[in-house]
Amino acid sequence: MANLNMADALNLALMQEMEKDGDVIVFGEDVGVDGGVFRITDGLLDRFGERRVIDTPVAETAIAGFAIGMAAYGLKPVGEMQFTGFSYQGFHQMESHAARLRWRSRGRYPISMVLRMPYGAGVHALEHHSESREVYYAHTPGLKMVIPSTPRNARALLVSAIRDPDPVIFFEPKAIYRAFREEVPEEEETLPIGQSRTARQGSDLTMISYGAMLHRTLEAAERLADEDGAEAEVIDLLSLSPLDHERFTQSARNTGRVVIVHEAHRSYGPAGEIMARLIEESFYYLEAPIRRVTGFDTIVPMFAREQDYLPDVERILEATRAAMND
Amino acid sequence: MPRKQVRLEHSVEYLSVMDKRGRVDEKLAPKIDNERLLEMHRTMLLSRRLDEQMLILQRQGRIGTFAPAIGQEGCQVGAMAALSRRDWFVPAFRETSAMLWRGFEPTNLLLYNAGYNEGGAIPEDSHDLPIAIPVASQLPYAVGLAYGTDYRDTDEIVITFFGDGATSEGDFHEAMNFASVFKTPIVFLCQNNHWAISMPRRRQSESKTLAQKALAYGMPALQIDGNDVFAVYAAVEEAAERARAGKGPMMIEAITYRMSVHTTADDPGKYRDEEEVEKWQEWDPILRLQKYLKAKKHLTDQQIDELEEEIAKQVNEAWEKADKQMQELDDPSVIFDHLYEQLPEYLKAQRQAFEQRLKHGG
Ligand SMILES: Cc1ncc(C[n+]2csc(CCOP(=O)(O)OP(=O)(O)O)c2C)c(N)n1
Ligand SMILES: [Mg+2]
Repeated sequence: MANLNMADALNLALMQEMEKDGDVIVFGEDVGVDGGVFRITDGLLDRFGERRVIDTPVAETAIAGFAIGMAAYGLKPVGEMQFTGFSYQGFHQMESHAARLRWRSRGRYPISMVLRMPYGAGVHALEHHSESREVYYAHTPGLKMVIPSTPRNARALLVSAIRDPDPVIFFEPKAIYRAFREEVPEEEETLPIGQSRTARQGSDLTMISYGAMLHRTLEAAERLADEDGAEAEVIDLLSLSPLDHERFTQSARNTGRVVIVHEAHRSYGPAGEIMARLIEESFYYLEAPIRRVTGFDTIVPMFAREQDYLPDVERILEATRAAMND
Repeated sequence: MPRKQVRLEHSVEYLSVMDKRGRVDEKLAPKIDNERLLEMHRTMLLSRRLDEQMLILQRQGRIGTFAPAIGQEGCQVGAMAALSRRDWFVPAFRETSAMLWRGFEPTNLLLYNAGYNEGGAIPEDSHDLPIAIPVASQLPYAVGLAYGTDYRDTDEIVITFFGDGATSEGDFHEAMNFASVFKTPIVFLCQNNHWAISMPRRRQSESKTLAQKALAYGMPALQIDGNDVFAVYAAVEEAAERARAGKGPMMIEAITYRMSVHTTADDPGKYRDEEEVEKWQEWDPILRLQKYLKAKKHLTDQQIDELEEEIAKQVNEAWEKADKQMQELDDPSVIFDHLYEQLPEYLKAQRQAFEQRLKHGG
């Protein structure tokens, strides 16, 4: 066991998978000599050399396409987009080919690849460095989409993503890369993609979140317990596609009250799909309207006001109390 | 059948006007009157000192991440000085010196770098586009803008800036091709500063020059000493004349050097030798211009000292003003501004709820 932050845990996952499987190849802008702008790939070049850890030119279309081709050949590419805000050129390749080659070739070319990218606000960054546009990927049939929330599940999910037979978009919550540490076992650990977890137990209310916002949600749940004596069950989605609705619809059937929290924009955001599943699966058990606390339908403002954009604990608590009092 | 030669007339010229010591080849030198030259020098120096001050402010946590233009002042000011105010300026994200030449307020730049969208506001009568951060993404719309100036039969042209790294992006190639096919009046100014974050120029492309990429699109190109204001001015003047005469686009590859960090979030110690940076100090565009100006007796050491003092004062005042404005910019509901001409109802409702919470100290 080592006490690691998420950045180190992701690094550990890459180190171990590369050690174990010679077909794993890591590439992207500044991932080699520089070790990645967030140092997630630090040390990989020294250990595995230039053929397996590749600094690429500034070209996201080519990074995504390169990965797809390697995967079609049978290698295990792990590409990096420096920020989700620069992944849109690569999106074309992901939508047009990564998501479809298995389907188009009737199974001849499965695309087992990972595209990692840091997402989300809260690190005082420049424009285009703070968005949370997971729905672009989660909405695309043929892609899988995961978002870890702690060092340990980040490590396990990345290992699973690399081994997964399908293309996996791996969003890294950069705001909590180094926010806290967690015990991460040295021996290998995986987590099934498409499975959520219960991050806090409770029976009065269900709260659903993922990624960086999970932690504000947990904080709100603690305050609710302290101040109002109500116990919230908090579900951490981990995968947005496939979305594991069993756990949260079951929880909603028990509690009858639901609040969903994400930093993605409100309209057509993940909460919309989550609400739809709740209505389909637990409608007769609901005792209050489902609440969602989200980023606004504005462009993420520059950093002086990014905290005004993001859901904060107060906003989450208000929605939670509203759901409790209905 | 034997293989035949396809005849291609391709070559790239390299232009430099001033040597390391500030001596100018009069035959090649563009005509710039003294007053303008001194104004160029002043803007370059202002840009340098502002960047230096911003590096300090960033370390103190008073502003956020930004990309210093240190080392590229000559390239940017030389280029903009060769154009008219009516011409259109399409920057990437490292064009502080060019922005200052165009009259962008240092106070606004400080506000922008402190994370306030207000700082990015462009005055109504300006022909400047805002900062564009996604690499090479400004190039396709720069070409559209140029098509517009041609369509309306103006004599305005467009200049757009980008880096060596940008030439690897698809956006660059698509924009170059459009510009050439539609003969749009645009100058593509590539600032080859040798680095794209940690990626050295030699690993960015196997092309011997970046300028030659233009040739593949049937576009003329010139490689120049980008730390030589005279060479930059002459090259942009030539490209602008062509464009204005309806002869279409041209690409200029300006060889320069990123003397500072990529951005303040970057640690060049990870990937480049200090010696390389030191070597380039000798080619510092400001020092070279000063050598020239002093040799020509247009500027004395004492005048430089006075100018330094004046600029230091200007930079301090700009920060004080920005700092004061930040205290006054206390209404975060502006995050809903300027999204649409008319805010749709659902967003008005989001804004109202947001303002309600502010009022109740939520
Ligand atoms: C599309 C895109 N990909 C990646 C980035 C991150 N990034 C910012 S600047 C940069 C390197 C750009 O190099 P160059 O074009 O030479 O410009 P310079 O920074 O040297 O001015 C990278 C990769 C980005 N801003 N946009
Ligand atoms: Mg560069």
